[in-house]
Amino acid sequence: MATSTVLIPPRHYLNDGYGISSWLLTRDHKRIALLYLAAVTLFFFVGGAMAVLIRIDLATPPGDLVTDETYNKLFTMHGVMMVFFFLIPAIPTVLGNFLVPIMIGAKDLAFPKLNLLSWYIYIVGGLFTLYALVSGGVDTGWTFYTPFSTVASTTNVIPTALGIFVTGFSSILTGLNFIVTIHRMRAPGMTWFRMPLFLWSTYATSLINVLGTPVIAITVLLVAAERIFHFGFFDPRVGGDPVLFQHLFWFYSHPAVYIMVLPAMGVVSELVAAGCRKPVFGYPFVAFASLGIAVLGFLVWGHHMFVAGESVYSALIFSILSFLVAIPSAVKVFNWTATMYKGAVSWETPMLYAYGFIGLFTIGGLTGLFLAAVAVDVHVTDTYFVIAHFHYIMVGGTIMGYLGGLHYWWPKISGRLYNEALAKISAGIIFIGFNLTFFPQFVLGYLGMPRRYHAYPPDFQVLNVLSSAGASILGVGYLIPMAYLMWSLRYGRLAGSNPWGAVGLEWTTTSPPPTENFAETPLVTWEAYDYHAPSETNVA
Amino acid sequence: MQGPPLFPESASTMAPRVDALYFFLLGVSVFFGLLIAGLIVYFAIRYHRRTPEQLGARIHGAMSLEIGWTVAPLMLTLVIFVWGASVYFAMAHPPEETLNIYVVGKQWMWKFQHLDGQREINELHVPVGRAVKLITTSEDVIHDFFVPAFRIKADVIPGRYVNIWFQVTKPGRYRLFCAEYCGTRHSGMIGEVIAMEPSEYQAWLGGGAAEGSLASAGAKLFQDLACNTCHRPDAQGRGPVLEGLFGKTVTLQGGATVTADEAYIRESILQPAARVTSGFQPIMPTFQGLVTEEQLLELVEYIKSLQALPQVQTR
Repeated sequence: MATSTVLIPPRHYLNDGYGISSWLLTRDHKRIALLYLAAVTLFFFVGGAMAVLIRIDLATPPGDLVTDETYNKLFTMHGVMMVFFFLIPAIPTVLGNFLVPIMIGAKDLAFPKLNLLSWYIYIVGGLFTLYALVSGGVDTGWTFYTPFSTVASTTNVIPTALGIFVTGFSSILTGLNFIVTIHRMRAPGMTWFRMPLFLWSTYATSLINVLGTPVIAITVLLVAAERIFHFGFFDPRVGGDPVLFQHLFWFYSHPAVYIMVLPAMGVVSELVAAGCRKPVFGYPFVAFASLGIAVLGFLVWGHHMFVAGESVYSALIFSILSFLVAIPSAVKVFNWTATMYKGAVSWETPMLYAYGFIGLFTIGGLTGLFLAAVAVDVHVTDTYFVIAHFHYIMVGGTIMGYLGGLHYWWPKISGRLYNEALAKISAGIIFIGFNLTFFPQFVLGYLGMPRRYHAYPPDFQVLNVLSSAGASILGVGYLIPMAYLMWSLRYGRLAGSNPWGAVGLEWTTTSPPPTENFAETPLVTWEAYDYHAPSETNVA
Repeated sequence: MQGPPLFPESASTMAPRVDALYFFLLGVSVFFGLLIAGLIVYFAIRYHRRTPEQLGARIHGAMSLEIGWTVAPLMLTLVIFVWGASVYFAMAHPPEETLNIYVVGKQWMWKFQHLDGQREINELHVPVGRAVKLITTSEDVIHDFFVPAFRIKADVIPGRYVNIWFQVTKPGRYRLFCAEYCGTRHSGMIGEVIAMEPSEYQAWLGGGAAEGSLASAGAKLFQDLACNTCHRPDAQGRGPVLEGLFGKTVTLQGGATVTADEAYIRESILQPAARVTSGFQPIMPTFQGLVTEEQLLELVEYIKSLQALPQVQTR
């Protein structure tokens, strides 16, 4: 696809200033995206290392690799690191930061300094949490259920809670920045319905971030206050209600699932359009499905508490709402699949990740129906069935989307191409490793193996060994892209402005883009994914 | 044993009902999973890009398809909802006649108290073919009573009484797990439910009764804590008459009403001022910290056992 003479542009955001302060004090959304890329990658591998230890320990029935205390800290910190410091921020702060201004034809986000501040806040929250980890860890589970977290646990609950509290402000500010940017900074002619679907899902995610994150901030503060001052919010011995915590926690943390997966859905819409070189089937339905998920996502938190003393009628209402939130997700899956019909379908790496996402997200979504059906949920909740289900959504969905997006926009970010053969192989390894890790856990869950068990009965061993074997394959799959992406920064072939032959404003500027993104503000006269328009938007 | 198990044993009246819905959901999932995967593979091969410049067809969407794949899943999920709700309704409502057993969870063990006075730890003996109702509470953090073979699970919550019921269909030993993370030895908080033929169960009950029934232990405690100085059967005491109280509707100060169930009796012992019966002064001292969860259950059972005296009006 590359034209014969591909040159690196003489001036771009990466050579616009050198030295540590040109990065740490930058207000360029693209450089801030790379600061986030470094930070979330660090947390991903810290969280991943804990997952490796957990899976090694679970290869045998007795808890023999580490002590019970250590095991409990491992799964807690794995969850905290992955959820709050990788899955929630990854796509919005890395891909969103890089792409939101470029995709709407703007020079930067609405509040560039606030954007840099968000990164520092995130880092401070992360350091708090790393401090909690190295100074002894925390053993409450990432869910911090009371009264265990407020009266029983003797570990570093407060530093971890503070870390989550602080990081939350980073999410709120980034969400605010995106909302204002999308409202106010669109280039002339870039109407709402000409925006790429990635922006619709980023917008929906930002709404949840701004509205939901304050609730988790309040909740962890209440936990810290009860630990320090022994207030009776949650402790029944002083008149509190332990289940109240679960309402507050899931009021944020269920929408947080959509904070994690909506951006990945947006990425997949872009990958499928570019991979098929045609418009996304049913654009307005996919766009409004994102908003539908964001709204309905706030109304289903009670499905985490079907066995937590919830009244029968509350349970039934949360059950039916949970079924309803499945519908927009199904609509998206059907539309992506239909987009492939009569497409010019690519088998390049980004599209492989899109196939992987759709397949794994479908399994994750369908198993969600089991959990929304209250009678089945009673049996499988708090077992490995739930573990498998949400890893299919978060790892199979969010991480597949994130990696797909990283591969798709890497030539734009770095100006260079990675090794396509290695990339395809590692995408295959990740897909196989993922399924081998998590599919057996569905079977284990229906058999009744509870989650967060350090030791388990011997007849569960075969399935656990399969899962641990899959995890080792998955781990290798995640390391290979690290290697060839780093390698490509120096040795990769030059990408040119549009290596995929895709449409979208980001492919009209150079790779890497100049600091101000475009030589002159673009005038948008075409629809999103308009592969058949004449002239400049078409394939180079 | 022939290889590892892939499906749990089914040993309660509820298990086949849950399994039936599970298999229906499995069928739905396999159908849609294969449909999507099949279409993706077929389209990826059939429409594979053949030249580097090739574009896809100019298709923007189709309203009929959008309506179809919105309405069809909606209908299907409503069917699943109604099915799941009806089974759940049965799970949530125990039959009229049940064998009641009290359960206290604590880090990291299960304690069971039978009405006849038998106490067990991490082992629960029940008869086959009879509905058993567990009245559960926790002494410390939240635990969860989970017997996979029965397909039942419920959080055991401190400060509350949560009821769980099941009816075992065949004798055997069934695994009991704590399914809500409760601290260091969470995975050691396991036990067994031992289901016996009714005759064997009667023999077991007869074999082990130690110090009288639960209610009689409660009666002794009632004396020891001097509850009987105020709560007298003759309506002359400073506290309400407890005879015949259980299950009745109590009018509170301010006119609200409450049903005198286990939870209300428990609350009235621990936080007497919370909901005071109309016509009485809030003078009862709290027993918070003075009685254990197990002693509370004995007191509750004793109060439940008090029959209304025919000549006394209950308030």
